[in-house]
Amino acid sequence: MKPKQDVQQGTLSLMVLKTLDVLGPLHGYGVARRIEQISGDLLSVNQGTLYPVLLKLEQEGAITSEWGPSENNRRARFYRLTAAGRKLLGAEKRTWEQTAAIIARFLTVKAEDLA
Amino acid sequence: MTFLNRLGRRLLNFVRRHHGGERLREEIEAHLAAQTEENIRAGMAPAEAARQARLEFGAVEAVRADYHAEAGLPFLEDLWRDGRYALRVLGKSPAFTLVAVLSLMLAIGANVVVFGVVNAVLLHGLAVNDPSSLYQVRQQAWAKGRLITTSYPALRDFQERNTAFRRLAGYFGYSSARLTWQHAVRNVAGVETTGNYFDLLGVRPQVGRFYHAADEHGPNSAPYVVLSDRLWRSEFQADPEAVGRTVQLNKASFVVVGVAPASFHGTEQFVWPDYWIPMVNAAAVEGWDYLTDRATNAATVIGRLKPGVTPQQATEDLNAVAAQLAREHPLTDKGLSLRLIHPGLQGDNGDVIRGFLYGVSALVGLVLAAACANLASLFAARAADRRRELAIRAALGAGRSRLLRQLLTEALMVSLLGGAAGLSLAGLLLGMLNRWQSPYGHLAVGVDGRVYLTALALSLVSALLSGLASVRQVWGSNPAQAMKSGAVDAATPRGFGPRDVLLGGQIAICTLLVTASLVAVRGMVRLLHTPLGFQPQGALLAEVDLSPAEWGGAALLTKEQALLEAARNLPGAVAAGAVSRVPMTGGLHGTPLFPPGTTDFALDNAVLSPYVFAISPGYLEAAGTRLLAGRSVSDHDTAQTPAVAVVNTTLARKLWGQAPALGQRFVVSGRLTEVVGVAEDGKYHDLVEANQPAAYLPWSQNEASSLVFVVRSPRAQNEMAKALEHALAGLMPDTAITVQSWPDALGPELFPAWAATVALGTLGLLAAMLALTGLFGMAAYNVSRRMQEFGIRVALGAPKRRVLSTAVARPLTLLGVGASAGLLASVFTDPLLGRMVYQANSQDPSVVAGVVLTMLLLGVAAFIVPAARALAVDPASLLREG
Repeated sequence: MKPKQDVQQGTLSLMVLKTLDVLGPLHGYGVARRIEQISGDLLSVNQGTLYPVLLKLEQEGAITSEWGPSENNRRARFYRLTAAGRKLLGAEKRTWEQTAAIIARFLTVKAEDLA
Repeated sequence: MTFLNRLGRRLLNFVRRHHGGERLREEIEAHLAAQTEENIRAGMAPAEAARQARLEFGAVEAVRADYHAEAGLPFLEDLWRDGRYALRVLGKSPAFTLVAVLSLMLAIGANVVVFGVVNAVLLHGLAVNDPSSLYQVRQQAWAKGRLITTSYPALRDFQERNTAFRRLAGYFGYSSARLTWQHAVRNVAGVETTGNYFDLLGVRPQVGRFYHAADEHGPNSAPYVVLSDRLWRSEFQADPEAVGRTVQLNKASFVVVGVAPASFHGTEQFVWPDYWIPMVNAAAVEGWDYLTDRATNAATVIGRLKPGVTPQQATEDLNAVAAQLAREHPLTDKGLSLRLIHPGLQGDNGDVIRGFLYGVSALVGLVLAAACANLASLFAARAADRRRELAIRAALGAGRSRLLRQLLTEALMVSLLGGAAGLSLAGLLLGMLNRWQSPYGHLAVGVDGRVYLTALALSLVSALLSGLASVRQVWGSNPAQAMKSGAVDAATPRGFGPRDVLLGGQIAICTLLVTASLVAVRGMVRLLHTPLGFQPQGALLAEVDLSPAEWGGAALLTKEQALLEAARNLPGAVAAGAVSRVPMTGGLHGTPLFPPGTTDFALDNAVLSPYVFAISPGYLEAAGTRLLAGRSVSDHDTAQTPAVAVVNTTLARKLWGQAPALGQRFVVSGRLTEVVGVAEDGKYHDLVEANQPAAYLPWSQNEASSLVFVVRSPRAQNEMAKALEHALAGLMPDTAITVQSWPDALGPELFPAWAATVALGTLGLLAAMLALTGLFGMAAYNVSRRMQEFGIRVALGAPKRRVLSTAVARPLTLLGVGASAGLLASVFTDPLLGRMVYQANSQDPSVVAGVVLTMLLLGVAAFIVPAARALAVDPASLLREG
């Protein structure tokens, strides 16, 4: 695995967790659409890439899934956040915020601050 | 924890071969349906909506790969899948698979057999403690045959006077006896040793004890025998109680003191003795006593150096002692200079054997290289045919490394199958070799871990070599291009490609190996046509062991004459004679001749040292040795009449030049002897010796320590052999009598040439088969690719001859170029072949002619079917099909 992909996947799984946290159980297509909505056109990810991430999260126990009827009465697999997932989301969120804060401080630093 | 949890699930998925493929398919379906619906709601036409949905979803293949990577253990899964896929693909073209596996089986099998022998002979040390520090003392001169170093008294002197060795031991490895145990008698062969022998070698007995230097107190003081594991098991039923019992060796009693471990068989790789007894007690078994005789060389000397002493220093030390002994005993100790070798492979024959085995190893490696080249070009041809398949898979998102791995897996499958088949073949052959009694003795070849590892390594190397050709094709492929154009134009490049190089190289290797095998055959033929100076065909040899006989002198001669008379009177015997030692059965050494009137018989005064044979009247006739002048020995030559001799041409020429030999005199064994006959030259010690001087003396005037009867008869050999043995045994009950045909007795002399012919011939044959499949494969492939083109050409009026030449031009060119290269390269193999073959010369006209003819025949055999197909092309039907 290349490190670049790792970062992307990590980001994507955080987005998935947050989406499920906010909106409750959703099927794959729903998750994909919400992520697109929230991120606008800034993120260009193939929708298909989502599914390996969903599988990984499920195998890690952060989400569970079951078949159910979708809004237009199709069979779809619905994903739901577990307690472990919620905890994971919290942890990931903190890590992410810390990282973002550190990066932000680096980006705003000026020469006189370091004098 | 999460990680372990996940690994567990993935492992579980892998084992259950559950990849969630179905689930993903359903998810993708649901996803695409939802997206399509939404697109339609946004006002797209249904077809466009579905297309856009798929576009937005991304590359399905890549997602699937990722998904699978998450679900299971992708590496193992891919391996598993590649393996299954490869097997399926290979199963689809059984002819290709069969040819590939068979050729690898033969090549790997041959390599494993050769390695098995190398492993057994060269890599496995002797079953003694620290074999690498064990040395054998050898005379400086190239001495074939027996491994004897010196006399027993001289050995004692060396032991006492040398300063370089921690221990020196001696042994006489040619002991034989009749073992009597509980009324059963059987012939056994063993070793007579000094007391410190086992302590020097550092071996522990498996039962009882060994004898030691402290057990020896002068002649006949240590009547102890150590049994080999084999003898202990076969004659004593592996009974531990055998230790302490008394057995008879010939007429003497020996106490069994111990049993050697099963792996121990002395210091010679090919010799498996039955027993060991102390030299001080050997006289009771041998019937003659060498303990005090400085003139009889009876001891092979082995030793271990003192710490810090180099072999060089030890050699100098030994030679200083040898020089001292020569001064002290000028009549007997010749002061021959000595050197150190590692024991195990029949003294200096070790170099011959090593050279032979390394030579064969190199050549058999070439066979494997040829097989790999063959396989590589087959794979390359297949890969070219599968360009489209590969292109489609690449377009669907399969990575190049993935495709490459797929192709290499196929090569690996073929190689492993071929390797496994080759290993079983080799195991079979090595097993046969194990049971075979070579003229050198018994060779214990085991199939051990090293052999298995070699087979595996060879398989992997072949897989890599033969699969590498595909790499270029995968790397150089452009999916879009390959899909657009058909496979045909892409597969027939104008210039010479790697496949041509592979085939050409293979032909060159094949030519080289065919040359080598023909050189070996030529050497064998040359040996078989060497004038021997006697006619072994149709003659029987009967060796009668007269040594334990109690009589001597005239009584012995009378007995011998009675035996000869009995042999001569056998129905069917046309001639019979007796000789002290048959030529070319080893153990010959020169006897000094002195000019008439010599009084000081120091060796320096000898004029010549010919081989001397004691013969009976009628021997020359029975042996088929032609008498050129004068007479042979007769019954009128007795101990009372003047001493006479028959000499060979070389002796006559060396001593008297052009002057007539008849009537000349010399002194031999202290008697003035007159030449009464001249016989033709012959081979006496070995087949490749230069003409040697030899003299034949009447047996009535020279007592011999051994006697062989030669009986010539046109009757069937085995029938005659039985009659002869019966007749002699009737006169000499309780005596060991060995009867064999003379050609059989010469077997060991021809063995090296025979082994070289068999080994190199097999390799040549294997290489020829590989070249045939390679050439046939390429010609057949070319023709089948271009059938349509041929059809068009013929339809447009091209003469069939032209079509034919286009069809086979390339393989034919490759055959010519490859064969020429191989012939040129064979010039450089002469030094290698010279170590295996007598007078190796690859430039011998008959060899070159044979090679050219062989390669031509190979070409005809390979091209005849494809050429016939090309000629039989029917434009009408082909064009219709196209």
